[in-house]
Amino acid sequence: MADTINDIDSSPEVLSSAALRRQMFKEFWFYFSENRGAVIGLFVFIALVLVAIFAPLIAPHSPFQQYRDAVLLPPAWLEGGNTSYLLGTDPVGRDILSRLIYGSQYSLFIGVFVTTLSLTSGILIGVIAGYYRGWIDTAIMRLMDIILAFPSLLLALVLVAILGPGLTNGMIAIALVLQPHFVRLTRAAVMAEKTRDYVTAARLAGAGPLRLMFRTILPNCTAPLIVQATLSFSNAILDAAALGFLGMGAQPPAPEWGTMLAEAREFILRAWWVVTFPGLAILITVLAINLMGDGLRDALDPKLKRS
Amino acid sequence: MTTTDNTMLEVRDIKRDYELPGGLFKPKKIIHAVKGVSFKLERGKTLAIVGESGCGKSTLARMLTFIDEPTAGELIIDGEKIDTRPGHLTAEMRQKVQIVFQNPYGSLNPRQKIGDVLGEPLLINTKMSSAERRDRANEMLVKVGLGPEHYNRYPHMFSGGQRQRIAIARALMLNPKLLVLDEPVSALDLSVQAQVLNLLADLQDEFGLTYVFISHDLSVVRYIADEVMVMYFGEAVEYGTREEVFSDPKHEYTRTLFAATPRADVESIRARIARKKAATAA
Repeated sequence: MADTINDIDSSPEVLSSAALRRQMFKEFWFYFSENRGAVIGLFVFIALVLVAIFAPLIAPHSPFQQYRDAVLLPPAWLEGGNTSYLLGTDPVGRDILSRLIYGSQYSLFIGVFVTTLSLTSGILIGVIAGYYRGWIDTAIMRLMDIILAFPSLLLALVLVAILGPGLTNGMIAIALVLQPHFVRLTRAAVMAEKTRDYVTAARLAGAGPLRLMFRTILPNCTAPLIVQATLSFSNAILDAAALGFLGMGAQPPAPEWGTMLAEAREFILRAWWVVTFPGLAILITVLAINLMGDGLRDALDPKLKRS
Repeated sequence: MTTTDNTMLEVRDIKRDYELPGGLFKPKKIIHAVKGVSFKLERGKTLAIVGESGCGKSTLARMLTFIDEPTAGELIIDGEKIDTRPGHLTAEMRQKVQIVFQNPYGSLNPRQKIGDVLGEPLLINTKMSSAERRDRANEMLVKVGLGPEHYNRYPHMFSGGQRQRIAIARALMLNPKLLVLDEPVSALDLSVQAQVLNLLADLQDEFGLTYVFISHDLSVVRYIADEVMVMYFGEAVEYGTREEVFSDPKHEYTRTLFAATPRADVESIRARIARKKAATAA
C-alpha cells in the first residue's frame, strides 16, 4: 500500500486475549468497587457460598438430629442457653444453627436453579420475539403481560397447587413467574441491536437467522440480563421461602428457611429465636444479593458509567 | 450506451415505495423513496451518486445490496437478472455485492474481535479451516493498511479511520465484484478521508472492483468518480461522465448543488476575503 498510514497506532504491543480479559475485569472492578454496598454484598454472598459448600464441616450437629433433652433451648448467651447449641434449639430439639447452615444449601440451589431456568427460557423466547416481530411477537408479549398481571406469589401458589407441593415444583413455578422479566428485557435489547449496521453486515455476509440471533445480537444484550439475573436470584430465594412458609415449597423436615419459619409459627410468642434467626438469614441473603446486583448494574450499564 | 460483456451492473427503472400505515383518522400514505432510476456501470468503473439527505441515495444502495427489496424494476448484475424476492437469492449472487456503511462506529460488532469480523464471511460461505481463515484475514489486514497485530483486538480499540479500513476489509473478504460504498468517508475527518479514498482507489486497481459510491460531498466525488448521477427527490436528474456533469450541469438542482459546495482553495479564499473587505469598507 502506498498510502500513508499514520492514523494507525503503530504500538508494537500485541494484546493477548488473556491480557485483554484482565484489562476488562480491571475496568469492571473499578466501577464495581465504587459502590461500597455492592462490595459488602459480594463478600457476604461469597461467605454464604462457602458456608453452603462446607456445611458438613462447619455445622456442629446434624440438621435432623432431635435432642429430646434440649427442646426449645434459648441461644447460648441467654439464661438457660447451652454453648453446644449456639442459636438455641427448635420445638423438637434440633440445633437451629446447623439447620440454618444446611438451609443455605437449599437457598443457593433454589437461586441457581430458578435463575438458570428462567434466564434460558426467557432469553430464548425474548430473542425470537424481538427478532421476528409480527404476530409471533404480539402473541408472546400478550402472554407475558398476562403472567405479569398476576401477583407473582399468587400465580406461583396456583401453579404449585396444580403441580403438587414440593421443592422442585415450587422452583418450576417461581421460574415461570420470573421469566417474563427476562423475555421483556431480551426483546427490548434485541430490537435495539437488530437495526444496527453490524447486524445488516453479518446478514449480507450470509449469516442465517440462528447465527444472527445468538452469535451476533445476543452477546451485545448481556449487561441488563446479568443485572436482572442477580436480582431474580434473590427474588427466587424470597419466593421459595414464602412458598415454604405457606407449606407449598420444601416439605419438613427439610431445613429450608421458609419451612423453618412455618414450623415455628406457633412458638413466636414463647421462643422468639425459632423465627428470628431463619428470618434474619433470609433478610441478610436477599439484601446482600440485591446490593451486589446494584453494583453490577453500575459496572455493566454503559449509561451509568462516568467516563 | 448498450449492454456489453463489460457491463457489471445494470439497473432498469428501479422503484421503491414505503408504506406508512394509516391510523384511525389519517389515511394510508405511500412514500416514493426511489421513483424509477436506471443506469449502467462498466467493470472497474466508479459511479458516484450525489444528492441531499433524504433523496433516496441510501435506499438505492440498500436495494443494490439486496437489503431492501425493490417495489419494481430490474437489477442485472454481471449479466444475470437478480431475483430479489426474499429467499430466492443465491449465496453466490450475494457474495458478488458487498457494502461499506457510513458509520464505522455502528458497523462493527463490539463483541467481536477483528479476526472474527473478517473470518465470519469465510466461516459461513466456505469450508476453509480456521488456520486458512486466519491467514486470509491477516493478508487482508495488511492490504487495507493494518497489520496482523490487530487480529486479536476489539473494535473499540480503533479510531474511526481504522474501523472504516476494517469494514472495507470485511467487505472484500468474499472477493466481491461490486462494492457499494454508502458515504464511506463522511464520518471521518479530512486527512483520514484522503487516506481512505486512496486506499479505495488502490484496492479498485488491485481487485478490479466496480464501485457505486454514494456521497453528498462533491469534492470527494470529483476525486474518485468516473460517472456521476445526481438524485433529487427520488429521481435521477442528471447522469453522465464526471467531466460532463461537472463542466456543464444541465439540471437546475445540480447547479444549485455545485454552487453550495464550500471552496477551500487559496484563490477562492483570497477572493472571499477581498469581498469581505470591500463590504466593510463601503
